[in-house]
Amino acid sequence: MTIAVNTEETGKKIAEAIPGSVISSDKGSLTVDSKALAQVSGFLKDTPGLEFDYLTVLTAVDYLDYFEVVYRLVSLKHNQSLIMKTRVYGRDNPAVPSVTGTWRAAYYQEREIFDLLGIKFDGHPDMRRLLLWEGFAGHPLRRDYL
Amino acid sequence: MTLLDQFQLMLKGLDWPEWAVYLTPAIVGILLIIVFVLTIVIVFIWWERRLISRIQIRLGPNRCGPEGIFQPIATAVKILLKEDIVPDKADKLIHFIAPITVFVPILLIFAVMPFDQGAILVDLNVGIIYVIAISSISVIGIFMAAWGSGNKYSYIAGMRSIAQMVSYEIPVVLAIVGIALVAGSFSMLRIVEAQSIPFILLQPLGFLIFFLGSLAEMNRSPFDLLEADSEIVAGYHIEYSGMKFAMFYLGEYGVALAYAGIITTLFLGGWQGILLPPVLWFVIKIMLVFSVIVWMRATLPRMRVDQLMSFAWKFLLPMAVINLLLVAAEVLVLPAGMLWVMVLINFAMAAVLILLWSRLFTLGGGRVEV
Amino acid sequence: MPIKTEPFYLNVGPQHPSTHGVFRLRLELDGEVVTDVEPIIGYLHRGIEKLAESRTYTQVIPLTDRLDYLASMTDNVAYCMAVEKLAGIKVPERAEYIRVIFSELMRISSHMMAVGFYLNDCGAFFTPVLYMWREREKIIDLFDMVCGQRLLYNYMRVGGVSQDPPGEFWPALKKFLAEMPRYIGEYNQLIKQNEIFLARSKGVGVLPRDTAINIGASGPVLRASGVKWDIRKMDPYSIYDRFDFEVPTGEAGDCYDRYWVRILEMTQSLRIIEQAISQMPAGGPVCADVPQFFRPPPGETYGYIEAPKGNLGFYIVSDGSIAPYRLHIYPPTLINITALKDMMVGWKVADLIVIFGSMDVVLGEIDR
Repeated sequence: MTIAVNTEETGKKIAEAIPGSVISSDKGSLTVDSKALAQVSGFLKDTPGLEFDYLTVLTAVDYLDYFEVVYRLVSLKHNQSLIMKTRVYGRDNPAVPSVTGTWRAAYYQEREIFDLLGIKFDGHPDMRRLLLWEGFAGHPLRRDYL
Repeated sequence: MTLLDQFQLMLKGLDWPEWAVYLTPAIVGILLIIVFVLTIVIVFIWWERRLISRIQIRLGPNRCGPEGIFQPIATAVKILLKEDIVPDKADKLIHFIAPITVFVPILLIFAVMPFDQGAILVDLNVGIIYVIAISSISVIGIFMAAWGSGNKYSYIAGMRSIAQMVSYEIPVVLAIVGIALVAGSFSMLRIVEAQSIPFILLQPLGFLIFFLGSLAEMNRSPFDLLEADSEIVAGYHIEYSGMKFAMFYLGEYGVALAYAGIITTLFLGGWQGILLPPVLWFVIKIMLVFSVIVWMRATLPRMRVDQLMSFAWKFLLPMAVINLLLVAAEVLVLPAGMLWVMVLINFAMAAVLILLWSRLFTLGGGRVEV
Repeated sequence: MPIKTEPFYLNVGPQHPSTHGVFRLRLELDGEVVTDVEPIIGYLHRGIEKLAESRTYTQVIPLTDRLDYLASMTDNVAYCMAVEKLAGIKVPERAEYIRVIFSELMRISSHMMAVGFYLNDCGAFFTPVLYMWREREKIIDLFDMVCGQRLLYNYMRVGGVSQDPPGEFWPALKKFLAEMPRYIGEYNQLIKQNEIFLARSKGVGVLPRDTAINIGASGPVLRASGVKWDIRKMDPYSIYDRFDFEVPTGEAGDCYDRYWVRILEMTQSLRIIEQAISQMPAGGPVCADVPQFFRPPPGETYGYIEAPKGNLGFYIVSDGSIAPYRLHIYPPTLINITALKDMMVGWKVADLIVIFGSMDVVLGEIDR
């Protein structure tokens, strides 16, 4: 069974290593400050005992006040999973650091989020639209598109 | 003394004018050959589609006429009624001449094919060399088609075609020389008459090399990279439609018929057989060879171009050279009439060589460092 | 003195007989050798995620059919499982067994299609496709018996399945199970040792183990690279922990291993179906009592299964209304082709098609 790891303990471990990064760690998921995302990703991937080397879903949801980017990480070695979230406020030019350097699985998923929701990922090697054609105006999956 | 020569003598005896005596047998012969080729090509198209369908556990065309025998005619009518599209960036002159350059040499091959005792259009005493020379002209036609289309896919096909067809000529020619050594002449009539035992038994290795080499010359599976349907989408004839495509299509079956005829003449004993009239035996043997060609198309996957080239140069060529040397040694050493000894030695040699080479030889390279 | 050459750009364009759908691959060639590869997708984008926001939960099920249209049963199962997880609905026993049987039948059919068309890409002119379709016809006839459709089934519902299979289904299924091992043996006999096929597939398009984990690959592609990760074993959903089956893995991660893993998975699926038929309860409801416009409690969930192509998942956010607030589909095939450039560079044009065929993509899932 892939067990969801205890988010409160993991949150404490991360907060000790990288202070100021964890915003909340209850409700079954770990919410992280977007500025510390690169450091937290590296910590989650490399620390023995955690070793989350497999990124599955990377998606984003448009709650009208903020965008929430959701990451689901799995550790193949320990057979455990973790859901990590980060929030972006502001609808004009939302931006989040990219995790493509840590997990290449993010490559297409981040492009798709940029295409459909408009969130830019800083540090992504190729930030372009994926599914819609170049020159398309707007981001269709936003709640205020249609 | 061919039948047409006898016809000519008869006309001279009837006191016809000089030019009529010269032209009439030629025209009669050419017409007969064209009728024969077109009929048998139509039968081939039907036979290939039925045979491939049966191998693929389905029925095949069976609606147009009884058992679908009018299907090729329907196909031909459909192709002729299509609009002839020439792409904008194509080189108009080369695009126009290419189908003719591919199709006409194939018809020319039939000038030296013996259908019956003495029934041949021209009995050249370099018969088989003429065939090889003429069939090389089609290569230029294919490259003209590939280049003149102005399409990158056909350009890749053109590059592959030159490499493939030039490299497979050499083992084919060496296999033919082995036959000519035993028969004592290059003329097609003499080769058939010299086959008291069919040469397929006398030179099994020569037969295999010639068969595989001619498959590559014909661009049939498993060497059909030029028109690889799943990669370069019809390759060199990708931009052709209408009558020009019909010429390529007929040319493909025409060359299959031509090579089937040559294999029958060289290896299976031509028109020799018991009970039935010789022309019928010739047709039966051609259908047999064609069935094997179709069987290989339906069942084998395709080779990659570098695997193809290494197969020609590292596998077929050395075996062809060794075959030639051995046949020459046997013709020199063994007294005439001991043909069964030659059969046994050749079979043993073929088995040993094939086993040895298949252990030592690997099909082609792998990844290239970029 | 080096010769001045310039790169040659070729579009294996959206319309091509071998790209398994509308998929565009922009190649940079040096002669026949590929130096750069860029996949361009989006030709089949229909906006399923946006459409789902204005449909009730049951109305989204036909939309999910059209994702991986060659394996629609498993798409339906994944979505229905996600909604049941969100709403806390319990599926009756008989429905669980029926779902397992149909998922495994779907897996066999999808793998037969994948292997058949992989051999077609190698050049074997449709003959293996037609041999495998002979059996696939039997599976599709079974599906036709139960829901009237041959390709897009729309059979699963939130809380179970839509109807109980009719009486003539079970003898036909048992007959199929009895005949199938012989046919798989026939495929192995005809294909596995073919010299030309081995030369085209062995060692071609290697996906190393670490790359496969880093790009998040799943399904037969991941298992062929040597990682023993099958969600049915590692994280069992539904009733998969009651069955005894193995998870085949490959070693080298080349095209031949991906083909061989699929063939072995077909035999394992037959085992699961036999066990399911013997363990199944004889009667009982086939669907939980779920109202037409049901409102799951606000929250979010991620429901995922082991589909034939990989790890198919649905991330659903609900705000308490009759339609989902956000539906995100995690497509296994889009993630699997992240490493196309690593696998294809250095090989020839002919190998490109073979490597792409071995990845087994369906554009409906990539583009959604």
